[in-house]
Amino acid sequence: MIEAVGLTKRYGAKTAVDDLSFRVRPGTVTGFLGPNGSGKSTTMRMILGLDRPTAGHVTIGGYPYRKLPNAPRQVGALLDAKAVHGGRSARNHLLCLAQLSGIPERRVDEVLGVVGLKDVARKRSKGFSLGMGQRLGIAAALLGDPQVLLFDEPVNGLDPEGILWVRNLMKLLASEGRTVFVSSHLMSEMALTAEHLIVIGRGRLLADMSVKDFISHNSADFARVRVPAIEPQQREKLTAALTGAGGQVLPEAGGSLRVTGLSLPRISDLAHEADVRLWELSPHQASLEEAYMRMTQGVVDYRSTADRRSGLQEPLPPGMQPLPVVPPAGQGQPGWYAPPPPQRGGTPFAMPRPADDGYGQDGGGRAGRTGPAGYGAQGSVAPQAYGVQAPGAGRLEPSAAAPPAPPASAPPAGAPAHDTTERDSEDRR
Amino acid sequence: MPAVQVMRSVQVMRSEWTKVRTVASTVWTLSVAAVVTVALGMLISYLSRRDFASMSAEEQLTFDPTFISFAGTSLGQLAMIVFGVLVVSNEYSTGMIRTSLAAVPQRGTFLFGKIAVAAGLSLAVGMVTSFAAFFLGQAVLGPYRAHIGDPGVLRAVFGGGLYMTLIAVFSMGVAAMLRGPLLSLGILMPFFFLISNILGNVSATKKVGRYLPDQAGNRILRVSPLLDPTPYGPWGGLGIMVLWVLAALAGGFLLLKRRDA
Repeated sequence: MIEAVGLTKRYGAKTAVDDLSFRVRPGTVTGFLGPNGSGKSTTMRMILGLDRPTAGHVTIGGYPYRKLPNAPRQVGALLDAKAVHGGRSARNHLLCLAQLSGIPERRVDEVLGVVGLKDVARKRSKGFSLGMGQRLGIAAALLGDPQVLLFDEPVNGLDPEGILWVRNLMKLLASEGRTVFVSSHLMSEMALTAEHLIVIGRGRLLADMSVKDFISHNSADFARVRVPAIEPQQREKLTAALTGAGGQVLPEAGGSLRVTGLSLPRISDLAHEADVRLWELSPHQASLEEAYMRMTQGVVDYRSTADRRSGLQEPLPPGMQPLPVVPPAGQGQPGWYAPPPPQRGGTPFAMPRPADDGYGQDGGGRAGRTGPAGYGAQGSVAPQAYGVQAPGAGRLEPSAAAPPAPPASAPPAGAPAHDTTERDSEDRR
Repeated sequence: MPAVQVMRSVQVMRSEWTKVRTVASTVWTLSVAAVVTVALGMLISYLSRRDFASMSAEEQLTFDPTFISFAGTSLGQLAMIVFGVLVVSNEYSTGMIRTSLAAVPQRGTFLFGKIAVAAGLSLAVGMVTSFAAFFLGQAVLGPYRAHIGDPGVLRAVFGGGLYMTLIAVFSMGVAAMLRGPLLSLGILMPFFFLISNILGNVSATKKVGRYLPDQAGNRILRVSPLLDPTPYGPWGGLGIMVLWVLAALAGGFLLLKRRDA
């Protein structure tokens, strides 16, 4: 259990963390969300006793970190995956940390297996990719088999398979009764990993609730309606009819309409009465990402402005019209409401959709991290997004070679999970 | 000291030993320190032997073969400084310091465990270097050589090893205060290579300059009394240097303890 009470950190005039109070309970994955620069890392450092709070306090199991008996065996943390000496091998890096905490050397080889770095254990970490670095950092956090785990942005730089692995690892650790506190700036990732959310912006607490509550509080249902693109007057007609019936209509980029406050059959009836043909009438749920962005909209520190490229544009030849500039729907734009729908610009119906979540999967693998795919599949892993070859053929498989091979039907991510449990129980013996 | 505290210190020192032996910079800096000190000492010894006949009577009278064979120390100590700085500032430049301090929240135990290990290694290398520089230097000096049994010579040779160690530990303390390797080296290298030598030898600043760590510590390398005697003896000089080292360590410790990591 991590408990923060009135936690405040000021650097000169800047307040990084402002009167933050929350509890992180054991047995669940707690997501710690906030835009960049919102004070997540500072909070994590204060939890670990690295930074001294200006006011308030934070305790782990009732103790401030610096007073915690045998801290490294109780708390494991990944703060910065790049915080390794590049000239040292992965194994030696972990060995230093193990010896520092009085952890036996054989545990180093165990965690290297758990994170799938056994093959590169003796290579210098200088040559590691960001994803390998993250795995090394996670290995360091797992060294002491701690009851409390803190991960600062653990999925940065990981490939989709790695993300799935981290997600399952977090859940497994929590299911063993541990306290798991994971920071991220990606709502989509947290929605799939965490059960509880703590959202901060500019150092202040914005939300502290379960993911379920967050969804029901923050996501609104809407219908997307599309009329034939060649008949713009139809669109106006429909808009008038729907508004007249009490619905709110919001034009979306790409020509479709976002309708709230009317049920789908009612929209269909109204369209029929107005004699408007529909090309699309589909139910949607505003994604968590949208809810999160709405919540943090006012507290983003680094906002981009439109790139005008004024210094780069050549004068147009006489008689040529400048290209119409379509402002992308996005943060900071007037009337901004939500990220653009994935269909924008593409052929609206060409994409086969395996799930009923309605979102296309532009770019396959990328979708898991940045794209909206999978929001609909709450709590469950969207398998189509991460369909990694055959079950059991994952990159992590070698780590499971030591114990008797799990049955072939085990999912790839189940293999390291299985491994951890077995190793951990060995440790206790 | 309670048992937990002792256990903690042992853990830190084991870990630090692994840290120091698993980076290439340790081998590089320490071997450069040894090779440069010995080789330059031999070169100066050779030149002194060749020119001895052409020296003035006064120079011949104050000729100190032991000190001549330690002539390489002035350059070799720079590599010891690099070693001392890197041992501490590597933690900061890589960001390891956060992981380390999360594992050992007792920051004093961490810092002094680290410095103890690095100082022990410096002492071993320093002693070997000092004895090698003496014997090889004397071998080159030939007819003008000193013997290890001569009065004050063994003290000077031992002192050479201590001097190298203290320079390294002083650098560790400074690096603990300044954190970054570039800033630490940028201050220490020119200071010990140039500034301190100027301050210690220009007559206007000599009175103050000779209390600088290296100028005072240097005294232990000399066997024959100087023409211009210092107000402290060989051990007194080393004592002054120790005070500097203690001050640097105290500064590093206090800052580490207070500061956010």
